[in-house]
Amino acid sequence: MKLIEVNSVTMGYEGVPVITDLSFSITKGDYLCIVGENGSGKTTLMKGILGLNSPLKGEIVYNEIDKNQIGYLPQKKNIQSDFPASVMEVVLSGCVNRKGHIFHNKADKELALKNLSMVKMENMKKRSFSQLSGGQQQRVLLARALCATEKLILLDEPVTGLDPLATVDMYNLIKEINKLGITVIMVTHDINSAVRQASHILHISSNSNFFGTAHQYIHSDIGKDFLLTECPCDVCAHSHKKEGE
Amino acid sequence: MLDLFSNFITRAVTVGALVSLCAALLGAILVLKRYSMIGDGLSHVGFGAIAIGAAANLTPIYFALPMVVISAFVLLKMSSNSKMSGDSAIAIISSSSLAIGITVCSVTGMNSDLNSYLFGSILATSKSDAVFAIILSVIIIGCFFLFYNKIFAVTFDEDFSKATGVRTNAYNMLIAVLTALTIVIGMRIMGTLLISALIIFPSLTSMRIFRSFRSVIISSVVVSLFCFFAGMMISFSFDTPTGATVVLVNLALFIVFWVVSKVLKR
Repeated sequence: MKLIEVNSVTMGYEGVPVITDLSFSITKGDYLCIVGENGSGKTTLMKGILGLNSPLKGEIVYNEIDKNQIGYLPQKKNIQSDFPASVMEVVLSGCVNRKGHIFHNKADKELALKNLSMVKMENMKKRSFSQLSGGQQQRVLLARALCATEKLILLDEPVTGLDPLATVDMYNLIKEINKLGITVIMVTHDINSAVRQASHILHISSNSNFFGTAHQYIHSDIGKDFLLTECPCDVCAHSHKKEGE
Repeated sequence: MLDLFSNFITRAVTVGALVSLCAALLGAILVLKRYSMIGDGLSHVGFGAIAIGAAANLTPIYFALPMVVISAFVLLKMSSNSKMSGDSAIAIISSSSLAIGITVCSVTGMNSDLNSYLFGSILATSKSDAVFAIILSVIIIGCFFLFYNKIFAVTFDEDFSKATGVRTNAYNMLIAVLTALTIVIGMRIMGTLLISALIIFPSLTSMRIFRSFRSVIISSVVVSLFCFFAGMMISFSFDTPTGATVVLVNLALFIVFWVVSKVLKR
């Protein structure tokens, strides 16, 4: 079941293309990491999938998913550091796209609490969001994104600026969410974790794009260049370690 | 109810309290969205419009209302336009409106009214103005509570809201229009130069101490009403200008909250 199909899409800013002729598709339950150098258009692509920017050419097709069923964890720089808001207020704001009611009802509050306990922040619900640590804030924003979706979550560099422990926590949480059946799309710089975590890798670059499973990526030329490691298997003919022995 | 409004003090207090309430509700959003200058710009547009309206023998407030609402749309569009930054756009519009207003006042020989337009006048609220202000206030307060959750979401994180299917542009427009309405009903009492203080002060004061959105809103309303009534009483007792006195009380309370926050180390 294809959830999202990206068909020969060209995207860019003010008419100047950043990504050209990109095609790939996402199946329900996938965990896709989008990697690439700075400026290769990872965030641009993510905004395209979210519908914040429209493609210059090509189309992005959604199957069985509405715009208000997508959860999103933006890069944190969008949020003012001194914004007066409690953790609960922030998480509840993930529920506003639910149709049919204006005020938060009991179901919204239960959903918010459930997602807060999922990210292990339920005992902080009354705390001020701006006074939390970076890792805690990121987990609260993840809970908010989970309130907005049951199907698909997009994460824009979720571990940037986190300390190593918080990074591991974050990856474990994302893995857990994916195991619940929620499709995950993550933009990241952390390529080595990406290949360990993800089921699929999309590598965007100005020369050539790669799309395939994480396993295929490790064995591909573009993957090897980017990972700075040889693939660990004996099958590949290009393993020059063997030749050296 | 109309009989009650025959007394100008009752009229002024009613309208003033309603404006303080509306301004407090919107203030937090404007400050957090970095829109406080839009409030300032709109009040200057209001001055220009009132001057033109008075010169053309129209009821000033009815002429100013559409002008300020239209300007709110224009300012919002210009703020989101990357080619010219928001504050320069606002600076151009607000100083031009001020210049137009002053020129019109001077040419038509309304210099005596200039002072009351710029700095407010307690005597300026007519009976029909008061009724008009009450209707608009009910609309503003109603919209605020009806859309409270969406407004919070859009203010906290516009990208997230937009990505998850909230019509953020519509809510930004709503916020701009509600601000325009607040300014129009408030500027005769407070004066066009001082009305924006009524919008930003209570929420800035509250943010010194309170750390959740709802508590900031509630505190802003209390602070705003307190400052208005205190300013009103001081103004009557010591014969000081009402608008300016209210602003000074706001400043005093801001300093108190700031000191308290330093003492509490929050």
